[in-house]
Amino acid sequence: MRPLPNDDFAPAPRCVETGLNILVVGVGGQGVLMISKALALLAQRRGFEVKQSEVHGMAKRGGIVFSHVRFAPKVWSPTIAKGEADVLIALEWAEGLRWLDHLRPGRGVFIADTRRIVPPFACRSRKPGAPSAYARETPAEIVGRHADGCALDATEIATALGDARTANTVLLGRLSAWLDYPVGDWHAVVEAIAPKGTAEINRRAFDAGRAWTPPRTDIGDPGTADATVASPPLAALPDLHISVAIDPAWCKGCAICVKLCPERCLAMDGPIAVVATPSACTGCRVCEWLCPDFAVTVRNEGVPA
Amino acid sequence: MTAETLEAVSRTGRTITTEALPLTGNEAITRGAWEAGVRVAAAYPGTPSTEILESFADYDPAEVTAQWSVNEKVALDTAIGASFAGVRALAAMKHVGLNVASDSLMSMSYIGAHGGLVIVVCDDPGIHSSQNEQDTRLFAKLAGVPILEPADAQEALEYTKVAFALSEEFETPVILRGTTRLSHTRSVVRVGARTVPPSRGFVGDHTRTVTIPANARRLHPKVIAREAALARWFSETPLTLRDDGDGDGSTPEGAAGGRCGIVTTGIGYLYVKEAAPHLPVLKLAGSYPLAAEAIRAFAATVDRLIVVEELEPALEEAIRGLGLPCEGKSLFPRLGELSVELLREGLAKAGLMAPPGPVPPAAIAPMARPPVLCSGCPHTASFLALRSIGAHVAGDIGCYTLAAIDPLRSMDTCVCMGASIGNAIGMAKAGAEKPVVATIGDSTFLHSGIPPLIDAVYNKADITVVILDNHITAMTGGQDHPGTGRTLRGEPAPRVDYAALCRAVGIDWVRVVDPYDVGRLMQTLREATAWRGVSVVIAERPCVLDPVKIKGAPLMVRPEGCIACQACMNLGCPSITWSGELFEGRHKVAIDATTCIGCTLCAQVCTTDCIQPVTA
Repeated sequence: MRPLPNDDFAPAPRCVETGLNILVVGVGGQGVLMISKALALLAQRRGFEVKQSEVHGMAKRGGIVFSHVRFAPKVWSPTIAKGEADVLIALEWAEGLRWLDHLRPGRGVFIADTRRIVPPFACRSRKPGAPSAYARETPAEIVGRHADGCALDATEIATALGDARTANTVLLGRLSAWLDYPVGDWHAVVEAIAPKGTAEINRRAFDAGRAWTPPRTDIGDPGTADATVASPPLAALPDLHISVAIDPAWCKGCAICVKLCPERCLAMDGPIAVVATPSACTGCRVCEWLCPDFAVTVRNEGVPA
Repeated sequence: MTAETLEAVSRTGRTITTEALPLTGNEAITRGAWEAGVRVAAAYPGTPSTEILESFADYDPAEVTAQWSVNEKVALDTAIGASFAGVRALAAMKHVGLNVASDSLMSMSYIGAHGGLVIVVCDDPGIHSSQNEQDTRLFAKLAGVPILEPADAQEALEYTKVAFALSEEFETPVILRGTTRLSHTRSVVRVGARTVPPSRGFVGDHTRTVTIPANARRLHPKVIAREAALARWFSETPLTLRDDGDGDGSTPEGAAGGRCGIVTTGIGYLYVKEAAPHLPVLKLAGSYPLAAEAIRAFAATVDRLIVVEELEPALEEAIRGLGLPCEGKSLFPRLGELSVELLREGLAKAGLMAPPGPVPPAAIAPMARPPVLCSGCPHTASFLALRSIGAHVAGDIGCYTLAAIDPLRSMDTCVCMGASIGNAIGMAKAGAEKPVVATIGDSTFLHSGIPPLIDAVYNKADITVVILDNHITAMTGGQDHPGTGRTLRGEPAPRVDYAALCRAVGIDWVRVVDPYDVGRLMQTLREATAWRGVSVVIAERPCVLDPVKIKGAPLMVRPEGCIACQACMNLGCPSITWSGELFEGRHKVAIDATTCIGCTLCAQVCTTDCIQPVTA
């Protein structure tokens, strides 16, 4: 478990009798629905009316998954209004940031896995110096500033226990430290909801999350590396000159370069290849290296060695 | 039932002793149908309705026959046949599924139900997973059949039972309308026992059940008379609920227009109760036929009528048609789902609430995370190859529609289920300059792809059809169909042979290819598009998620060989991402071994041969 520069997370444990709005968010396949069901069952067993609302459809395809769990003596709307979530549990860091505005300002509790799942969409530009489009905010910038709560590498805790997929249960255990229902009740719902054959590992994951304590580190210390967060954006490369040219006298039209250009910036123009979209060239030189007739020249200046 | 039996405790702390189960709206509809004694249920999967039929698999097959149909029209025709045979029957579909089944619905409205006939239609306001957000309430009016709109899972169960009784009492098909939010919200539902009404016997009245013009002319006036009788029922039913609100009913100080009342239906009621518990509400059981008397009586007790309804102003326009002034879409949007926030905004605009406080600007711009094809998805290679041959691609509905977006970006059109082949015929006949290819998944092909394929042969269209055969209905979570060789209940069934089917309709050029073999796939597509006439490529490889999750030995990138060309990232595979290393300022790539299934597509497109199996 890597240390994180968290604020202290020590709100007094609460035994809620009026009800709660809990938003569970993540990416398809992380187990958002499993811990939502566990929370719903726990609340139901305590005699609350419960509504648990989710949207599937794209859930399995790496898309955004979210589940609203509302419990109270009487619940009307199945969804939580913006600014009215008491708890936000994020199974993935950027997804937590996406839903932060649903937390009650100043009072909501944020519990997040710092693990990043970087979508292909965030790595689209191949140009030298291109930054990832993944969220830049670090746990140190969010927890204790935009929201109270804690950020922990639940995936690493779960991996150490033997199954990375139980990271969701680690976070549920963390919530249990704040939502002070008897631990036996929590264990019972985890056991009831865990997939067949995983009750034991899920129970250990729950206990690990419950027992987690924020490492004491000084946030002000710039030397505190937050290894779970994306590398900073690359420095701009102002002297970058990239171009590709095809000598029509040497090209015999085999189309190897056209087929292999990763950016698809080359095209056939009748019998020979031409540069169709010069601005798309990233200077990777695949066409230059693979041209059997040395007809392609890539100029790629100003990039680091 | 997989759910455990639990005690439910009411608001007052009193324990309700009847059995209660945590059910989603969809599961509650299934339970309601089962309690109502349904004997035959059929559906084609479609989000958000899919789980309705899936849930029938939990009930005794001796009590209810539940089956996947090839499409929604066949599902409704099956249910209609069961109704003719005298038993209660149900067909379930998503909103656009009713477009497919509408021909049967329009005729069945005239004929009328014999055994109770309920059509469950789940709308998708907000377009979470559909091609539009059409409002089924307008369809109900067009067809002249009543529509019931439950608000939550408990009502979903109760309304389903009422729907069967209503269907038999008024001899009409009944539409039960859900929405995504109802279908996928779980709450505790009090359940009851199953009661099977005796079979009514075969319908035996051909002057009614054969829709020749002479019969249809005689039946149409009955439909109109039925509408009036149903409007009275909707006014009188206890499902139409008058709720005076928690307060004294008076509007806040300074509010314009005096005493205000809300007319709403379905899930709108929940948002009204959450946002404005003090206001008097008339909650209608459904939007059509209009409960005119109940609305008039309610309107007489208030000075100002506000209509809260999701999507189209169906109620609002109908109430104005009664000569009653009302407000609705001037306050609430006609697009997307309703929400507590939208209710508050609208009621504030009406002067009935203090305007919500200013929302602090979001400190963090959310990162885009569009859905992607899975790691190892066989569709990935098919569309990579299609892009490389530079074809016009008419697409269809399924996971593979995601090939329309970056980085594959290799689908030109997608209209609706089964449209691809017909669209391709038109493109080719119009003289499109590139090869014209239709891509269609196996389930979609069986749904509505076979008639246009025959049409293409008959009309000598110069097209290539790629059947993306992944052995499952993947998009909706892995349902069986006639090409999987299994039924809803997992029993073995005859299996469609696509190649034999294509040859039987007169196609001479048919090849089966494994899309994981990228070179062969590209060569096959080149040959297919060079063929004059209809050619068919069957790209066959099972879905990596269903029915079994496939996980092979993962691959890794040898970083010293990677030149950061990122050709592999053209696949859009979610397991491939940037590593921390750079080459000439560009990011080298890395493969996440926990999600990589070892399909080797990336290794096949790697320009430097540096993607290899993980070595210990």
